[in-house]
Amino acid sequence: MNKIFSYPEALVDVPMHYCPGCTHGIIHRLVAEVIDEMGVMSKTIGVASVGCSCFNYDYFNFDMVATAHGRAPATATGVKRVHPNCLVFTYQGDGDLAAIGTAEIIHAAVRGEKISVIFVNNGIYGMTGGQMAPTTLPEMKATTSPYGRNTALTGYPIKMTEMLALQDGCVYAERTKISSVASINKTKKAIRKAFELQMAGKGFSVVEILSTCPTNWGIEPVEAIKWMENNLEAYYPVGVIKAPKEVE
Amino acid sequence: MMHQFLLAGFGGQGVMLMGRILAYAGMKEQKQVMYIPSYGSEMRGGTANCSVILSEEEIDALVVSKPSGLVVMNAPSFDKFETRIRENGLVIVNSSTVTREPLRQDVKVIKVPANEMAKELGNERIANMILLGTLISATKCLKAESVLESLKEILPVHRHDLLPLNQKAIEAGMQLAE
Amino acid sequence: MAEKILMKGSEAIAEAAIRNGCRYFFGYPITPQNEIPEYLAKRLPEVGGTFLQAESEVAAIYMVLGAGAAGARVMTSSSSPGISLKQEGISYMAGAEVPCVIVNIMRGGPGLGAIQGAQPDYWQATRGGGHGDYRLLVLAPATVQEAVNLTYEAFDLADKYRNPVMILGDGILAQIMEPVELPEENKEQPEKTWAVCENHNRPRNIVSSSYPQVDVLEQINLRLHKRYNEIKNNEVRWDSYLLDDAEYVIVAYGSAARIAKAAVKMARAEGIKAGLLRPVSVWPFPVKPFQDILPQVKAFLALEMCTGQMIDDVRLAIGNARPVHHYGRLGGVIPLPEEVLGKLKELVKEGK
Repeated sequence: MNKIFSYPEALVDVPMHYCPGCTHGIIHRLVAEVIDEMGVMSKTIGVASVGCSCFNYDYFNFDMVATAHGRAPATATGVKRVHPNCLVFTYQGDGDLAAIGTAEIIHAAVRGEKISVIFVNNGIYGMTGGQMAPTTLPEMKATTSPYGRNTALTGYPIKMTEMLALQDGCVYAERTKISSVASINKTKKAIRKAFELQMAGKGFSVVEILSTCPTNWGIEPVEAIKWMENNLEAYYPVGVIKAPKEVE
Repeated sequence: MMHQFLLAGFGGQGVMLMGRILAYAGMKEQKQVMYIPSYGSEMRGGTANCSVILSEEEIDALVVSKPSGLVVMNAPSFDKFETRIRENGLVIVNSSTVTREPLRQDVKVIKVPANEMAKELGNERIANMILLGTLISATKCLKAESVLESLKEILPVHRHDLLPLNQKAIEAGMQLAE
Repeated sequence: MAEKILMKGSEAIAEAAIRNGCRYFFGYPITPQNEIPEYLAKRLPEVGGTFLQAESEVAAIYMVLGAGAAGARVMTSSSSPGISLKQEGISYMAGAEVPCVIVNIMRGGPGLGAIQGAQPDYWQATRGGGHGDYRLLVLAPATVQEAVNLTYEAFDLADKYRNPVMILGDGILAQIMEPVELPEENKEQPEKTWAVCENHNRPRNIVSSSYPQVDVLEQINLRLHKRYNEIKNNEVRWDSYLLDDAEYVIVAYGSAARIAKAAVKMARAEGIKAGLLRPVSVWPFPVKPFQDILPQVKAFLALEMCTGQMIDDVRLAIGNARPVHHYGRLGGVIPLPEEVLGKLKELVKEGK
């Protein structure tokens, strides 16, 4: 009998700490599958940042560096400059990437740093307990926007991936979501494109993945997916934002 | 013997180059040397100055508070530093730009019309080399050959066509001290 | 013996780094240390290295973390305000045990302060600087030659102890030019089996300062503490001048120590039994030489270009056994040997 399914080699076989309904586990798996399929596990170096995914070095089965909140793109820059033949990626949440790490992510893109960024956007600070993120939607409640995000007071959700795509050094930027088999497959394809472009030495690549946080949104997992599509996706439309001609 | 020189003028007059040549030549003569530039806002178009210490012994202090020799290339530098010269010290004044008489009676003053002399030699920008010549000759701190050799090493190769002119300037300056 | 060449302190530090295998530099412009990045921007490509100007000091220190975690010899340099910005990353590197060399060319503070050389960051350098219970090995050169030697050695020490090493200089040392002899290029570097890199047939390496379980973190803290004690035992460095019969001992490090030495010479000429004790490693601080000379000493004078920080370590070294005085000029003003002599004479006269 042919084996048609197996646990990814690039993933350690341990239970993950994520909440029920959280999509980090799916995204980890997609990253691992792409690495397996590309056959690059022995030369992959991941950079974990701070947020719910900060312990992902326990799950990814390859060399990892864990760094500070927002600083993953700078850390990955140091790693990549020393090992230019390795596949180097950061895995960052929206608080990490779009608030405290704004300068680092923009300038990694500006430099055309040959790294890939997995940017998981669920519109809230998960790990610290549901505070308002730069991506929190208008009127959306969070522990630090208990009356709903007041745009007059705190401004509007930041469109990071669009900003990154504007930079000449960024070769590939796509926004996807995790809500169905189809969107999961699309996300996997996007991750693969980003990694392949990096390995081809083309430049900076980013995949923003709309995700859910049932725990801090305060709704059931299945509801959360619907809420994400109806609200987060409405503000942050999925699709390719920038890609080189051969990829489009 | 420890020489402590303070060289001062406008930015662009070649004060820093003068200092570097002195330090470099001192090193060639196996002396202890230190070159201390002033830096910061003073470098951007205002007055520029640097200090050079040439010594047979180890150099301790990092600052020239009472120079044994002062070279001033413009009037503001003369006003600023005249009081600091050591008793019986030496002041070399670029008399092309500094017209007033010195206030100090306890120092030796040599007036050098460096700009006019430089113009006569064919290039006004070598006024600093004329003053450098006067300084090494009046203080006997260094041999002319080591200064010329240092100049050759410090100047980029594409400027080496200027070496004969610089040599002339240094020699002209030296004669004034005698 | 190598030929002597005339070099600026900052450029000499940069060249010494290259001579001991540093091939990566990440930094951000700030006066008075710009000649270090400028020199390396020119020089590193010549030796197959990488110079990268970061978008901030914060980004720069994390690039250092990345390159250090990847096993490379890496350096960053900055001046006081920029070093403050790097503190977060320095703490992460201490926690993740990533070796690197950090150069602080101190200037007057607090805040933006001024760009002239000063010594106001002693506490920051020797007491950790960032958050968490860690130490840096901190070396304070007093001459351009010593800056070369200590920078060269710093890379070996950083690798040996898997800990960041700081070169604590100041704007004076960085700007002066003195003749130096450069060491031969070292091509050999220790193997780093813990670093992240292309990896075949070994368990994965994780470089991290994250230890979410308290009992695990306690063990890590104890392990680091043990290493700091090793550093204390092995790496104390100091220098002295006319200390054998000294009754009045000036304690000074870096640039201030040179001024102190000039003052000691002047004092001796006037019959005052003065001497100089110069800590070269300011962490670990040289405690033993203080105890050795204590019986003969009447008083200590800490000379620092700040209002008094190292003086704490002098007091810790001798307890209340002798009076400890302070003299310093501030904000970038360089103390003159004559002023220090004046202070010494005052102490002698008052029998302090």
